[in-house]
Amino acid sequence: MSAETTPATAAAHDVSLYDVDNPAPVIEAPRKRTKKTPKTTRTNFELYGWLFMRLSGIVLVVLVLGHLLIQLVLDGGVSKIGFAFVAGRWASPFWQAWDLVMLWLAMLHGANGLRTVINDYAERATTRFWLKNLLYAATVFTVLLGTLVIFTFDPNIR
Amino acid sequence: MPAGTLYRGREGMWSWVAHRVTGVLIFFFLFVHVLDTALVRVSPEAYDDVVATYKTPVVNVMEYGLVAAILFHALNGLRIIAVDFWSKGPRRQKQMLWWVVAIWVVLMGGAFYPVLQHTLRTLFGS
Repeated sequence: MSAETTPATAAAHDVSLYDVDNPAPVIEAPRKRTKKTPKTTRTNFELYGWLFMRLSGIVLVVLVLGHLLIQLVLDGGVSKIGFAFVAGRWASPFWQAWDLVMLWLAMLHGANGLRTVINDYAERATTRFWLKNLLYAATVFTVLLGTLVIFTFDPNIR
Repeated sequence: MPAGTLYRGREGMWSWVAHRVTGVLIFFFLFVHVLDTALVRVSPEAYDDVVATYKTPVVNVMEYGLVAAILFHALNGLRIIAVDFWSKGPRRQKQMLWWVVAIWVVLMGGAFYPVLQHTLRTLFGS
C-alpha cells in the first residue's frame, strides 16, 4: 500500500511532521540522472578501466617478475647490467616485444592507478584537472620515448 | 587530505593502503627507469655511468625495496582479482592476505642474496 493514500492511519499511529499542506522534502535517489549530469558519465569508461587493471595486472605479474628475475636475480644480479647486456638482449625480437608490451601495459596500468589516486585525494576541481594533465603528459612522453628507444636501439652507436 | 580517511581498519583497509603506496612508488620508479634506459640512445658510456649508480650500496638496497614493493603489489593484485572474480573470494579475503604475506616473506628471503650480492661482495670481499 502506498504511503500517500493513508495519511489518516499514519497519523493515528504516530505524530507525523508532514501532511498534505506541509509535505516531506524529496530525497533524490543516489546517482540519479539529471539535466546537470555530465554526458561523460554515460559511457562505460570506468568499467573498462576497472577491467583493464585486472587483465593487464595478470600479464604484468608475468612480464615484470620475469624482468626482475633476469635483471636483478639471475647471473650475478645487478653486476652484469651494462650497455653490452642491453645490446645482447635487444638483439632478440622476443625480448624487444617483451619490453615493449611491458612498457605500454605498465605505464597505462600505473597512469590509471595514479588517476584514481588523484581523483581520491585532490579535492579542488582545478587541482585535479592540472594534476591529471601533468600525469597524462608524463605518461604520453614516457611511453613514446620508451617505444622510440626500443625500436631505434643501435648496438653499434659507437 | 579529507578528514576521517581511516576507514574500517584491519586487513582489508591496510592491504588497500599498502597496494596504493606501493603502486605510486613503482610508477615513479618506472618513469625514472624509462629515462635512464633511454640513455642507451645517447652513448654506451652515458648508459654505463647511470647504471653505475644502480650498483652503489644505497641504490642496491633500494632495488631490494623495489622488489619488495613489486612483489607485494603483484601478489595482492592477484588477491584482488580473486576477491572480484572468485565466488568464494570476498569471504576468504583475510585468509588470502595472510597467504600473500607468507609468499612475500618466502620470496623476499630468496631474493635477499641474489639481489644484494653485488653490495655484499663489494663490502665484504670475495
